[in-house]
Amino acid sequence: MTTFLGMPVAPRGVGHLRQEAPFPAAARQALGDAQLRANLRKATSTIRAKRAAVVAELSDWDELRAAGQAIKARTMSRLDYYLTRLEAAVQARGGVVHWARDATEANDIVTRLVADAGATEVVKVKSLTTDEIGLNDALAAAGITARETDLAELIVQLGHDRPSHILVPAIHRNRAEIRDIFLREMAGVDPGLTDDPAALAEAARRHLRRLFLTATVAISGANFGVAETGTLCVVESEGNGRMCLTLPRTLISVMGIEKVIPAWADLGVFLQLLPRPSTGERMNPYTSLWTGVTPGDGPQSVHLVLLDNGRTAALADPVGREALHCIRCSACLNVCPVYQRTGGHAYGSVYPGPIGAVLSPQLTGIADNASLPYASSLCGACYDVCPVKIDLPSLLVHLRARHVDEDIRERRLPSAEAVTMAAASWVMSDPGRYAAAQAASRAGRLLRRHGRISALPPPLAAWTAARDAPVPPRQTFRQWWRTQHGDPQPGGAPDGDP
Amino acid sequence: MARVRIALFATCLADTLFPDVARATVRLLERLGHVVEFPAGQTCCGQMHVNTGYQREALPLIRRYVEVFEPHEVIVAPSGSCVGSIAHQHAMVARRLGQDELAQRAEAVAGRTYELSQLLIDVLGVEDVGAHYPHRVVYHPTCHSLRLLRVGDRPLRLLRSVAGIDLVPLPDAEECCGFGGTFAVKNAEVSTAMLADKMRNVLATGAEVCTAGDSSCLMHIGGGLSRLRAGVKVVHLAEILAST
Repeated sequence: MTTFLGMPVAPRGVGHLRQEAPFPAAARQALGDAQLRANLRKATSTIRAKRAAVVAELSDWDELRAAGQAIKARTMSRLDYYLTRLEAAVQARGGVVHWARDATEANDIVTRLVADAGATEVVKVKSLTTDEIGLNDALAAAGITARETDLAELIVQLGHDRPSHILVPAIHRNRAEIRDIFLREMAGVDPGLTDDPAALAEAARRHLRRLFLTATVAISGANFGVAETGTLCVVESEGNGRMCLTLPRTLISVMGIEKVIPAWADLGVFLQLLPRPSTGERMNPYTSLWTGVTPGDGPQSVHLVLLDNGRTAALADPVGREALHCIRCSACLNVCPVYQRTGGHAYGSVYPGPIGAVLSPQLTGIADNASLPYASSLCGACYDVCPVKIDLPSLLVHLRARHVDEDIRERRLPSAEAVTMAAASWVMSDPGRYAAAQAASRAGRLLRRHGRISALPPPLAAWTAARDAPVPPRQTFRQWWRTQHGDPQPGGAPDGDP
Repeated sequence: MARVRIALFATCLADTLFPDVARATVRLLERLGHVVEFPAGQTCCGQMHVNTGYQREALPLIRRYVEVFEPHEVIVAPSGSCVGSIAHQHAMVARRLGQDELAQRAEAVAGRTYELSQLLIDVLGVEDVGAHYPHRVVYHPTCHSLRLLRVGDRPLRLLRSVAGIDLVPLPDAEECCGFGGTFAVKNAEVSTAMLADKMRNVLATGAEVCTAGDSSCLMHIGGGLSRLRAGVKVVHLAEILAST
């Protein structure tokens, strides 16, 4: 008998989906960086306020969210069908479709296509998915230089840094840091460059314009792929994407398979849903749409690489698959009290914040990102702002349960936590045992000094590191109730274990 | 308003560590002319287990809650978080573990389980509970009461009707205090960073008292304020409403 071990997850050793250190340890480093916390607080609170204002303008926002959610749920339920439709439609319009089961395959495909085009330098836009698979490293290994053209991605690349936000990859940098990076890394930059935003943008513009006019190959991501028409869509703010998507002869787009949408009309929903929660704009400045090859206009060699890299494994979980509905607006990052304090690097993956905490572990297998589902206080702010109503708190709870189930299966001896939880369940599933444990907890009164408890043994020492603990009162509520009402009425209290 | 028989779910936290909160709930509801019962078989809603990933271990607690409270028509708990778990997690966990019949019963009982401010305003139809509390107070809307239960401004309406109170607004009120159950221990440093900002906002108001509808969040905020020797007390909403 064969055992089905599940769909393959994203492979190790390639790409950027895995934590190097557990979240609490990675977060500690970020929390100690006062500049980082100040940068994050300023940037996220600005975007939050803009988002709230422009979303409030729409009277049908909740209906739009429900429509987006429904389209995504329908797409996931027949993903194979919509993907083959997309493939056929792209081919019918002169595009070439490639299927990549994982990061390694996708990197190989793209590298080969660039080499076939005879290029040693490529321009890039919408690079989140290609960051996921570590494409720039793979291209570099083949002697190909990748040039990021999205301003924030450019800052990250020139700073030899990692993106820390889905939409604003350099959110952790302030403008003084950006000026320093430009002065250090940008060839031919004016040495008198100031940190005035307009001056920084002008420096980037001069740098990028040269690249756009010489590049023969562009690599992009895609926000949406329309199965009905074979149209790909990129949404952006700067126009640098428009340059990438139209000037080079060859255009290679790497798209996660979950980005397919069934019909052209669905864009009407998603193009309303995306900009307001992501940048706080009513409409993004540039929406580029292209369908295969248009003779004599734009790229004459058009490729679409459809990437799995663990997405089918996520799809196989009927609850967890909701994470695939994400349209990468990043509103959940901006409202997350955890993200706001740690930034994106602490999550270890290109997908940070609440959505990253539910997506990354599913793409890699939970064991490889086991601390991420716990990197949330379950405050629910993310769910409220999600434009496609992904129930992130419930997904986090679901993945914690999956993690515990897997962990228990794989260990020969249960963890200390599992033992504690089982004991607590045993105690609390019986009122007699529960009352006895309550009585025993009165011993905690012995720990008090000046009416406070300021030190507890591990693991609760983590609590008392910064917080006093409550002193157990002399009498529990149920003891008091008994003194007032005599022995409890038996009504509704079943005896023994269920 | 006719006399209503109300079953109190004290919650394990208030029962064990904050009995004044459960006592205040009893005192308040009795003062309003209602009858409070305390079903003795009750223990814990199981949220800590569910939110830490131990759904199998939560199941006996969920079953116990359903069995103990099933005979009761109106159930109240002085906690948005526990009621939130009962409303959003009990049936979900039962279903996930293949207990469909229990899930249905859990849904029915959850439909009759109210957080204190919901009970007062939606069931008992009262906004002015006749309380007197001459102190400067800030209200922290706890995440689960706000975003799981959608209690909205019910607690504030109740507080505004309290005689003598000086209710002042809390900056960034809707931001989490950083408690999050086992999050406070597993991610203690992030939790503490969130707490620090909450405390700064509380202290900026000059309030003497920070109130909320959850003993758990108040334990967290109060633990931080106590460590700072800040002199600001945390007091549960039920205790303010019970004061005369």
